[in-house]
Amino acid sequence: MTILVDEHTKVVYQGLTGSQGRFYGLRNRAYGTQVVAGTNPRKAGTDVEGVPVFATVGEAVDATGATASCIFVPAAGVPPAVLEAAGAGIELVVVITEGVPTHDQARMFATVTRDFPSTRLLGPNCPGVISPGRANIGITAGEIARGDGPVGIVSRSGTLTYQALHELTQAGVGQTTCVGIGGDPVPGTTFVDCLQLFEADPDTRVVMLIGEIGGSAEEEAAEYVGQMSTPVVGYVAGVSAPPGRRMGHAGAIVSGGRGTARAKIEALERAGVAVGRDPSEAARLVAEVVARL
Amino acid sequence: MLTLVVSTDVDLYEYQGKQFLASFGVPTPVGEVAADPLEVVAAAEHLGYPVVVKAQVRVGGRGKAGGIRVVADAEQARAAAEAILGMEISGHRVERVWVERASDIAAEHYVSFTLDRGARAHLGLLSARGGVDIETVAVEEPDALARLHIDPIEGLSSAQCRQWVAAAGLGDVVPVDALIELLGQLWTAYCEGDAELVEVNPLVFTAGGEVVALDAKVTLDDSAAFRHDWAAYAATQAGDEREQDARARGLQYVGLDGTVGIVANGAGLAMSTIDVVGQVGGTAANFLDIGGGAKAEVMAAALEVVNADPKVAAIFVNIFGGITRGEEVANGIVEALGRVDITSPIVVRLDGTNAAEGRAILAAHESERLQSRPTMVEAARTAVQLAAQSGWPSGAPGMAPAEGAHPANAGWEGGPPGTGPVERAVDGRDP
Repeated sequence: MTILVDEHTKVVYQGLTGSQGRFYGLRNRAYGTQVVAGTNPRKAGTDVEGVPVFATVGEAVDATGATASCIFVPAAGVPPAVLEAAGAGIELVVVITEGVPTHDQARMFATVTRDFPSTRLLGPNCPGVISPGRANIGITAGEIARGDGPVGIVSRSGTLTYQALHELTQAGVGQTTCVGIGGDPVPGTTFVDCLQLFEADPDTRVVMLIGEIGGSAEEEAAEYVGQMSTPVVGYVAGVSAPPGRRMGHAGAIVSGGRGTARAKIEALERAGVAVGRDPSEAARLVAEVVARL
Repeated sequence: MLTLVVSTDVDLYEYQGKQFLASFGVPTPVGEVAADPLEVVAAAEHLGYPVVVKAQVRVGGRGKAGGIRVVADAEQARAAAEAILGMEISGHRVERVWVERASDIAAEHYVSFTLDRGARAHLGLLSARGGVDIETVAVEEPDALARLHIDPIEGLSSAQCRQWVAAAGLGDVVPVDALIELLGQLWTAYCEGDAELVEVNPLVFTAGGEVVALDAKVTLDDSAAFRHDWAAYAATQAGDEREQDARARGLQYVGLDGTVGIVANGAGLAMSTIDVVGQVGGTAANFLDIGGGAKAEVMAAALEVVNADPKVAAIFVNIFGGITRGEEVANGIVEALGRVDITSPIVVRLDGTNAAEGRAILAAHESERLQSRPTMVEAARTAVQLAAQSGWPSGAPGMAPAEGAHPANAGWEGGPPGTGPVERAVDGRDP
């Protein structure tokens, strides 16, 4: 099994007619993803290489049965696009767009949570989700992933997600699903959300968690890892990062000492997570755990 | 305990923060900006003594450093200006002062609004214990700091605000209504102004019964710049010249002290690249994220920026293509080599989207000056060796892997952080 997406997931691309949406929408289709529709109110009735374009997500859902959406619209248009998808009953909304203002992110997440509890938001500013060999929604290069494996990946960093997929695939270790949750201040889906999904998936027998400095998501993940039966291997980028400047004191009070790579690594290790010093070592640690399964 | 991340967020100087808050109706002291002693005296005469002359630097500890002085006449004003202007406070040179009419302080409090990422909601912090080290208060007397999570949709209601004020022990003070009005204005400034932080410490009650924001720390969210007119703020985000140059080219750059220039895509990979260079015994000269979907000209610009750093003895280009395409990266490298004299050897590690096309382009130009390596660690090792072989600059950290100099110990290049336009505490959005 996989989490979030598989070969049956039908996806509508909001922004399919733009250059990025077109490139990645068609690339996802070439990978095997069921790319069933695009939306653009001014281009309804046309198609992009055979993918029909509808005026609204609602119309696309009615015509195609899409249950997931992938958003490539410019940042200012993201909140209305997310709410349109959620309002149309989309279960998984993946936002690739970066640069969504923080206050918009907070309002968008709160609105989806309150008004559309059955919709899951992934992102913004994330690479998307791939269940290798089954579905790829977003900007991950599908050829670096390998299916039918025991490893689930969840990552806050786009490029480090690709790095992890690549390393595991090179080592002959397959993946169930790889989720890029994005590093923005208000992620729709968190490490803990994904750890819970992986824990419940019988085919995911090892989880690889890739974090980076800032925020407290890794520390919160570490708290949940203690309740998991599935082993977790981690990597946290930014050990060498010099201390940054700080404006005011509120941030330090909120973080309460969390946030550095060291603090995150220590929290994860206390929870029993093997943490690699670099992405390659983390991949080797995953391969070792897989070999012992 | 603060960490770095790279962002283009806009940290305002105190005087800008006060102007920003005042534009939302928040009461702030009347004052003027001045850049030389004559202007300071003129402002003081105009405002009426006593006035406070305050150094404008985006770093704490101004008072202890002697950067804030109360003056009673023109002679004192001139002396204060001469002492403060040009002063270095934690490495920040004072270019301007803010001259404001002195307030008749009866009590000092603390208030801030910021995002609590863990809660995915806004957090208001209010304390009667202002004007002191509020972080110490938070640790030693947590009850003295009233925390209020605020729903991003519902906002801050006046009923909630009253409870919050009471929880901070300020419910019985005069002038509670003025305080509640100010908190509402501050909240509006935080939301409608697209701030990631507004912090007022101290928030003072005057002997005359007024509530005034006596200081202002404001960080604006650069992602929201498209819906605001922040040109005046952006113009004063002075920093390291190379950082400004990089920013103008759309690159996220932070100068460090090492010898291996870094060009990577994605903040996570760029940080990881710096870590790996450190692990194999080298030191990174910079953090540089070319961003997602970077085209050839962006890569060329990145190489030019890194090459312009005289400490750089080798350049490590570490690209994993998602939205960035391999052939664009390769074309950018080739273009840069043709356009400018890249003095340092370049080691490239390229994977991901269209990596094969990119590698084919690079293979046609492979030389001692341009080498490809299949993995991140191998590429880091080669770059560190090349940097060491250059034998220059002598005595620089990372000369030889055996020295094991670690970039964790490296300070910020070109002055302390804070002056840089592109870096900030990465608590992501934490200030």
